[in-house]
Amino acid sequence: MNLQFVLNGKPWRVECEAQETLAEVLRNTLNLNGTKVSCEVQVCGACTVLVDGAPVSACTYLAYEARGKNVTTIEGLEKPDGTLDPLQQAFIDEFAFQCGFCTPGMIMSAKALLDENPAPTRAEIIHYMDGNICRCTGYVPIVAAIQRAAQAMGKETKK
Amino acid sequence: MSAEKKPDFHVVNHAVPRRDARVKVTGKAQYVADLKLIGMAYAKVLRSPYAHAKILSIDASRATAHPGVYCVVTGNDLEGLNPYYGHAVKDHPLLAIDKVRYAGEAVAAVVAVDERTAFEALELIDVKYEELNAVFTPQEAMAEDAPLLHEKQFEAGALRGFEGEVTAGKGSNICQKHHIKWGNVEEAFKNAAAVVEGDYYFPMTYAYAMEAYVAIADVTDQGVNIYSSAQHPFMVRHDLKSVFNLPVSKVRLIVPFVGGGYGSKSYTKIEPLVAACSWKAKRPVKLQLTVEEAMLTTRSDDAYTWMRTAVDANGKIIARQAKIFMNTGAYAENSPLVVEKSTNRCVGPYAIPNVLIENCSLYTNTVPASSYRGFGCAQVTLPGESQIDELAAKIGKDPYEFRLANAAKPGEEFFPGMRPFDGTLKQDLDTAARAIGWNTPLAKGHGRGVACSGSDAGAYPLTSTVVRVHADGSVTIMTGSTELGQGSHTVLPQIAAEELGVDFDKVNVVSSDTAITPYDRSTGASRTTTLMGSAVLEASREAIQQMVVMAADVLKVKVEDIQTVRGGVRCGEAQLNWSEVISKFYALPDGEVIGRSYIRKSGRFSALPVFWEAAATGVEISVDQETGKITMEKLATVGDVGLAINPALAEGQDIGAATMGMGIGLFEELIYEGSQLVNGSILDYRLPRFSDLPKEVELHLVQNQDGVGPYGAKGGGEASLNSMAANIANAVDRATGVRIRHAPLTPEKVWRALKDKNIQGSKV
Repeated sequence: MNLQFVLNGKPWRVECEAQETLAEVLRNTLNLNGTKVSCEVQVCGACTVLVDGAPVSACTYLAYEARGKNVTTIEGLEKPDGTLDPLQQAFIDEFAFQCGFCTPGMIMSAKALLDENPAPTRAEIIHYMDGNICRCTGYVPIVAAIQRAAQAMGKETKK
Repeated sequence: MSAEKKPDFHVVNHAVPRRDARVKVTGKAQYVADLKLIGMAYAKVLRSPYAHAKILSIDASRATAHPGVYCVVTGNDLEGLNPYYGHAVKDHPLLAIDKVRYAGEAVAAVVAVDERTAFEALELIDVKYEELNAVFTPQEAMAEDAPLLHEKQFEAGALRGFEGEVTAGKGSNICQKHHIKWGNVEEAFKNAAAVVEGDYYFPMTYAYAMEAYVAIADVTDQGVNIYSSAQHPFMVRHDLKSVFNLPVSKVRLIVPFVGGGYGSKSYTKIEPLVAACSWKAKRPVKLQLTVEEAMLTTRSDDAYTWMRTAVDANGKIIARQAKIFMNTGAYAENSPLVVEKSTNRCVGPYAIPNVLIENCSLYTNTVPASSYRGFGCAQVTLPGESQIDELAAKIGKDPYEFRLANAAKPGEEFFPGMRPFDGTLKQDLDTAARAIGWNTPLAKGHGRGVACSGSDAGAYPLTSTVVRVHADGSVTIMTGSTELGQGSHTVLPQIAAEELGVDFDKVNVVSSDTAITPYDRSTGASRTTTLMGSAVLEASREAIQQMVVMAADVLKVKVEDIQTVRGGVRCGEAQLNWSEVISKFYALPDGEVIGRSYIRKSGRFSALPVFWEAAATGVEISVDQETGKITMEKLATVGDVGLAINPALAEGQDIGAATMGMGIGLFEELIYEGSQLVNGSILDYRLPRFSDLPKEVELHLVQNQDGVGPYGAKGGGEASLNSMAANIANAVDRATGVRIRHAPLTPEKVWRALKDKNIQGSKV
């Protein structure tokens, strides 16, 4: 099947099979390995990418469903000049990851949250992020990183 | 605080950002799951539906003929290999041979052009089984008419990690027995002022490293090359050398970033199988397990413990006795060491004059058990720390004060023959108690607990490294320690930068390639900072010694006249940095100096354990009387780490470990119904999530520079897990008056206990 979509701001046309998931096309066809696959049943959030701004689990989302849509992956957050997204920087500053396997999905979910709600409370962060599992950090620094990024982005818009 | 003043550190003891930060937040960090080799095929595994069965026949002809399939590998195709592996006991065939010992055991592997084709072909393999009686608990495995899992005598593995005999393979289902004994327990219990006694159960748990087991093998006449998500590449190399009968130099393990380990990726897992696939398919082969398959690969040992503890009239603990039965599953893996460790860890960290601990692990027809963060310690800290609270209640003492009065003191040889205690439990417990407001009023339905653990950590001290100082003044560390997320790629360059006086950013790390990096026994038992950190420190100093000699040559002065300064040398007016020393010595702005070091069981590392891993945790919980649900109100961790080379990373280890411990305390448990694991997926296995976060969290470190590692550092990262289940159970008792001795404390269990209490009007 012919699949056309916009990936990280660039139009793409790739061949895919009907049963292929978006994670498979990203990882196997396009060699974009930032999107990680873990539970494969939409429970852990490691494979989270944004489709038209909404977080989806790429492990179970059929690639063909993305036709004509805007897909953003972890590789799409860094600006061409190397500037990191405020969330990426906040994850570094708060030591919000260890092994890093959940991190791309974690950051993409957090991005969807902040796009929707730029100043979430702690309770809102916990509620929104509940679909992402991290086994290393105990979540404490991740909550701090999201709060820090929200603050940084708030300052940025006020400038 | 220690009386000794801490030196002013430039790089260590600072929370410098992680070295792997940028690649991990941009999705560029490469894990084995992300790697592809040219010409690579993919394997999928057929697993046994039966817990215990003879394999009568395997017909793989239809699968082999399936388009896109290169070959099928079964236990009948392994002629020419030594198919049994195991660092402790060589009981584990890389594919089932003649019989299967648990539901989920690998029976055959299909190697095909892609994963989907391999998966399709699995259905075309026809296996005929004859079912045998099976056992699922230690009690069943010990029964007189129990079927025998392993009929043959085993060879003991060369690297089992303990000095005792291996018990396995002697005509019973016993995998390993161990005991410790000192004083006179019978006498002490007779004379005790108070005794508590009880039966405890610690569940089977799954570590859930989010990157499931994955490996790529390329077996050629050049040798065996493997990329694997392995914690201990050198240990895996040893197993593969034996499977393929090759010299060590022809087996190469490469470990890139690892997506979580927590002990579950220690020792050999799928590497022999994927290597056999490559060997037969004659091409590189990748085997990526699903999480469901990973759950059928390794779990923790569940433990049934009977324990009793006694005090005298002064409130001094005078005796402890325990009998433990551990369920090791179908293969030994690292369970013999888990048995030894859990035996030892029944004692600590208390000075008890009369001790008798007997431990026995049994083979059962369940998923093999092996290492899990803190191995063996959490299993016995549940009874150990529960009984401290139970005893305190019985004699009317505050459990926190009771702990303080009995905890091992700094320098005390509380465990005969072992290294004197090198932590400061009083300070650890004080800090935890303060953090959760121990003496402040409690709301109704709330309870608090403080608990501690001190475990013999560090594994066996055998570690080597190379530190290369380049002519531009930058540095490369060659280390066999694996970056699992714990931060070794950050901590080790901090140490080298501190010693050599170079910028942290100029120190690079090459790690975990057995063909390139010097030998390191393992990355586990919290050993890397202490052992590899010491090796990096010593190798840096050895490089400096060489550069001093070179500087003398360059400056045409005596070596004694050279004085080292931070980042270089001075002689009179002349001052050279390392870059200048090396460039002038070689008369070329290139070249290098190679500093080396090796650590063995000698000198300050001659006493075992390498260090006592000590930590305290504090919790405040509330219990919903209607539902039995426990809410974590407060959590405090206190890591007694000597010196935190990177405080943010050390605290991160503690909160990560405590959260895993909290999961086991509250809801994590692998459940067998009959022969099948019934919650073998992340849909069904309950893990801590954001919404389980304690309402308040405090992280503390105690830094008395009392460890044998660099600058007085010791390891951390396991101990905060160990006490959590007991701590939660103790807090529940204080909140509700019910004592629960079986983890996890699920709402159902708590609710039933509350209901029983209301009926009986007393403790259950």
